[in-house]
Amino acid sequence: MKRFAKNYLPAAAAVLAVLLLWQLLATSGAVPSYMLPSPADVLAVFPADTPLLFSHSLVTLQEAALGLAAGVTAGFAIAVVMDAFALLRRAIYPLLVLSQTVPVVAIAPLLVLWLGYDIAPKVVLVALVTFFPIAVGLLQGFQSVDPDEVALMRSMGASRWQIFRFVKIPGALPEFFSGLRIAVAYAVVGAVISEWLGGFNGLGVYMTRVQKAFAFDRMFAVIFVISALSLLLMLLVGLAERKSMPWRRGRGEKE
Amino acid sequence: MQEHETVLDVEGVAVAFDGRPVLRGVGLQLRRGELVSLLGASGGGKTTLFNVIAGLLPADAGRVLLQGRDITGQSGQVSYMMQKDLLLESMRVADNVGLPLRLRGASKAQARAEAEALLPRFGLADAGQLWPAQLSGGMRQRAALARTYLFSREVMLLDEPFSALDAFTKAEMHQWFAQARQQLGLSVLLVTHDIDEAVLLSNRVLVLRDGAIAGEVAVARPAAEDFSLTEQFLEAKRAVKALLA
Repeated sequence: MKRFAKNYLPAAAAVLAVLLLWQLLATSGAVPSYMLPSPADVLAVFPADTPLLFSHSLVTLQEAALGLAAGVTAGFAIAVVMDAFALLRRAIYPLLVLSQTVPVVAIAPLLVLWLGYDIAPKVVLVALVTFFPIAVGLLQGFQSVDPDEVALMRSMGASRWQIFRFVKIPGALPEFFSGLRIAVAYAVVGAVISEWLGGFNGLGVYMTRVQKAFAFDRMFAVIFVISALSLLLMLLVGLAERKSMPWRRGRGEKE
Repeated sequence: MQEHETVLDVEGVAVAFDGRPVLRGVGLQLRRGELVSLLGASGGGKTTLFNVIAGLLPADAGRVLLQGRDITGQSGQVSYMMQKDLLLESMRVADNVGLPLRLRGASKAQARAEAEALLPRFGLADAGQLWPAQLSGGMRQRAALARTYLFSREVMLLDEPFSALDAFTKAEMHQWFAQARQQLGLSVLLVTHDIDEAVLLSNRVLVLRDGAIAGEVAVARPAAEDFSLTEQFLEAKRAVKALLA
């Protein structure tokens, strides 16, 4: 409990301070209240809007989850291939980096034109923004494995698959989770952006609606929900990380 | 089983890196139950020779025979412990030790059970369920030895297994290892650059110089309480030093 307080109290205090400052700024009259609603105004939206926000969140989350699954699968496959074949690594890597210089907002309208207003363009967009951190993280993890560990496995007659399973995969887990943490945040944002550009449901669609009504308090409420969702997903990743690497758990507690 | 049967026969192994010869026709024989040390300066080709015997590195010339069978260039034939313990951090100690069995197709439970049965003989009776990060340096080294033993008890190649340990742990490990080797009847080829260690543990010491065997010292071992304090120990050490000079 003491450790918990020590680790999280400063961050909680900082968030509280920002909210307080915002509240003061909004209520002091320095900024017109219809343009910048105070945190209290935003909170006041929730009782009435929660069911609506919830149903839109489900749509967005579904798109993010499907896209993330596709992105992780693709990123994994690309990393494995690049790790196994040096020639392909040299060929593909610049292409991957190049793919990240194309802005998401520029591809999204294209995807809508190609794939329509349903879920498909959203999933594809999320997959496009999430595969990169996964692929790069995993590749780095695979390459960071001690070559002597691989030599030892070979001396014991291990197959390529066994080396992959016993040495490479566990060795790459920390980097994989670093990539995944970034990817889940990208996934939610990517889904919202693609919803802006056309769709029937989802937080992005809802956001454009309340924007057209100049409902600033509702817009801020959506922003709150989006960052809360990202935060929640990142927490889940942290939980999965600790669960899947039990050997690292004892480390920090030794001192 | 014959007492003096040759288990490992290395004939005329030559290796060159970028045209620079590292090994120039090295030959040696290891008999059953024997410990032979390979002594020489760092970078003298000791580890290279081990990599050739283990089948990890192709030789330009020469053969490696395991009990008369030609295993030149084949990995997975002799057990090999490298300088680092190379325990996989992601596996519990028992799973690390049992890894060779899993690689041969045993189930996780089977491999773990066999490893657990072996651990007490390596001074790791209660360590099976720990993670490698929780072990001391000496325990890690013993776990790596147990894994090497479980892979194959025919011939063990040990590449400076004790060099990373502090002086006290090292002395402890020497004593433990000399006993364990007798009990388990291991045939060991040991690489070291520590003259005392070589003389202390070996039946024979081979000196590797400039990529060739410069000479051999047979160590006479009296039944003394502490071999390292006997006249015979000093005598063997003197002989080895003469070969190195």
